[in-house]
Amino acid sequence: MHFQTQQLPVIRATRYLLVHAPDLVRYGSKPSREIERNAAQLDLINSHLRSYEEALAYAPNQVYVGGLYPDDLKSVAVPWFGHALENPARHGEFGEIMPEDEFYGVLRIGDSFDMVWLEENFTAEIRTRLAAHPLLTAEDLKKLGDGKSLGQLNEQIKKGAAIPLYLNKHRLVGCFLHGHDEDPALSATRLLENLACKVIAALSLRNLNVASGIPAQAVDFILGCGEEAIGDRYNPGGGNLAKAAGEMAGCVAASGVDIKDFCCAPVQALTMAGGLVASGLHSNIAVVAGCSLAKLGMKYEGHVRKDMPILEDVLAGFASMVGVNDGQSPVIRLDAIGRHNIGAGSSQQSIMEKLVTEPLTKIGWKLCDVDKYATELHNPEVTEPSGSGNVPKTNYRMIAAMAAIRGEISRPDLDVFADTHGMPGFSPTQGHIASAIPFLAHAQKKMASGEMSSAMFLAKGSLFLGRVTQMSDGVSFVLEKNRA
Amino acid sequence: MVVILGTPNADSSEIYAVTCSSGDPTWAGPLAGVALGLPVYHILESEVKQQIDPVLYEQQIGLSEMALDAASIIGAMLRARATPPAAK
Repeated sequence: MHFQTQQLPVIRATRYLLVHAPDLVRYGSKPSREIERNAAQLDLINSHLRSYEEALAYAPNQVYVGGLYPDDLKSVAVPWFGHALENPARHGEFGEIMPEDEFYGVLRIGDSFDMVWLEENFTAEIRTRLAAHPLLTAEDLKKLGDGKSLGQLNEQIKKGAAIPLYLNKHRLVGCFLHGHDEDPALSATRLLENLACKVIAALSLRNLNVASGIPAQAVDFILGCGEEAIGDRYNPGGGNLAKAAGEMAGCVAASGVDIKDFCCAPVQALTMAGGLVASGLHSNIAVVAGCSLAKLGMKYEGHVRKDMPILEDVLAGFASMVGVNDGQSPVIRLDAIGRHNIGAGSSQQSIMEKLVTEPLTKIGWKLCDVDKYATELHNPEVTEPSGSGNVPKTNYRMIAAMAAIRGEISRPDLDVFADTHGMPGFSPTQGHIASAIPFLAHAQKKMASGEMSSAMFLAKGSLFLGRVTQMSDGVSFVLEKNRA
Repeated sequence: MVVILGTPNADSSEIYAVTCSSGDPTWAGPLAGVALGLPVYHILESEVKQQIDPVLYEQQIGLSEMALDAASIIGAMLRARATPPAAK
C-alpha cells in the first residue's frame, strides 16, 4: 500500500498521568486475595509502602512524566528505589505524579452515581488543593459536595454496602459503595477499578487537549484502550470507557469506542486511529487509556521477600492525539504496520519477525535504520525480584539477534545494538500502559529537536490468558520525523 | 512426565525449576513445601534440544537461543536439579 506523505497521520502530542495510590494496593488483585486468606498480610503490605515523596523521587516515575529521558537511567545508581532524585518535580514535561488524597477527590468528581463518599473534614482539606490544580475547574469542585460524616461512612462499611478508602494506611477518609446488591460486575471493587480507569484517562485527555493545541470541543473521536472492560452481569465487557472519559474531559463533539487486545490495545488503537484519520473519516482522534488498579501490588511478595518497598503503588494513564498531517508532528508510517496474523504462530520468533522485520522490509529499511525501539518497557526493578526477568532487555536482545541473523551486525555486537537501539525499562507494570507507549512523548520531543529520526513501537498481547485461544497477538508501527 | 521451561534468565529458571521439583523456594505459591519431584529441563539444554527436529528447533527457538544467556540458564538448571526437597 502506498501513501502520499501528506496523507500520513501524525501524532500531535502525548501526555501521561501517574497517581501514587499506596492505600489502594490492598485492592489490587493479588494483595486482596492474599489478605482474604491471611489478614496479617495487610500489615506486611502496609509496612512496605512508600511515601508520596519517595514515589516522586523514584527515577523511573520521573522518566514516565518526562522529568528524565529513559537513557538517563543508565547513570542513576541501582537500586533505583535506594537512590532518590534530588528536588523531584510533581509536574514533568509530559504529565504529573498526583498524590493519593487529591486522587480520591478526582474519583468523587468523576463519579456520576454517588458511589464515592468522602469524609467531610477530608473533603474540606482537599478542596483548596484541588482548586489550585491546573486541569480542574470550578464546576469540578462543585461535584466534591460537602462530604459525609465519619458515622455515615462507618455505617455503610459496617453493613457491607461499601468498601473503605484509607489515607496514610489507617485514616478512614471515604468509602466506595456497591453499585448493585447481587451483580459482581457492579461490586464496589470492580467499580473502583472502572472509575479509577475513567478519571485517569479523562485527566490525561484534559492535559493532552492543552498540550496538543486541539481543544476538547475539536476532538471528534476517542479510542479507549485501557484494560478495564466495564459492563453489568449480562454484558460484563460491553461498555464504553472512551466516551465516559471524553465526557469528563468536555469532548462534547466526540463519539468513541473501546479497543480490547490485552497489552497491545494501545498500539492497536494508535494504528487504527491513524487509519481512520488517513481515510478522512475523522480529523482529531484521542487515544486514551486509564489505569489497571487490579495490578497494584501484583508482585508484592517478591518485593517484601527482598525487603524492598512495594513498587507497584502507582496507577498510570496516557492520552495521545492522532490527527491530519500538520507538516510538523511525527508521522505514523501506515505503509509499515507490523501485524501478527492468525496463521503466524505464537513463538517469540514468529511474533518478532511479524512485528519488526516484515514491516521494515516493506519500506526498504534495515533493523539498524530505526533509531530506537520501544517495546515492553516494564521496569526491571519491579519484575526481577519475582523471577520475571528484565523484560525489555530480553526483547532488545531478540531484536539484536534478528539483526545478527540478517547479517546487519556481527554476533558479538548484540549488546551494543541492544544498548544503542533500546533503553532501560522504566514503566510501571500497568499491563497495557507498559507496552511501548511510555516512549511516545520522548520520541516526539527528540524528533522535534532533530536528535531522532525514527522509532518503532511494538506491543504484544497474551491472548491465551483469556482461555479461549492459545494465540498471542502483536502489532507495531514506525513513527518518523515529519519531512514535509 | 518431564517439565520443560522456556524462562528468559537464570533467576527465573532456577525459581521455576526448584518449584516443580523440590518445592517453591519463595514460599509464595501453592507449591511451597510441596516436593513434586518432577524432572525439570530448559528448552535450551542439550538433553532437550537433541530430541527435537533441528529445522523446527531453529525455526521456533533459534532466535531465543541467540538472544538469551544460555550458559547462565543451564548453570541455574544444574543448581536447581541439585537442590534437595524443601522441609515441610
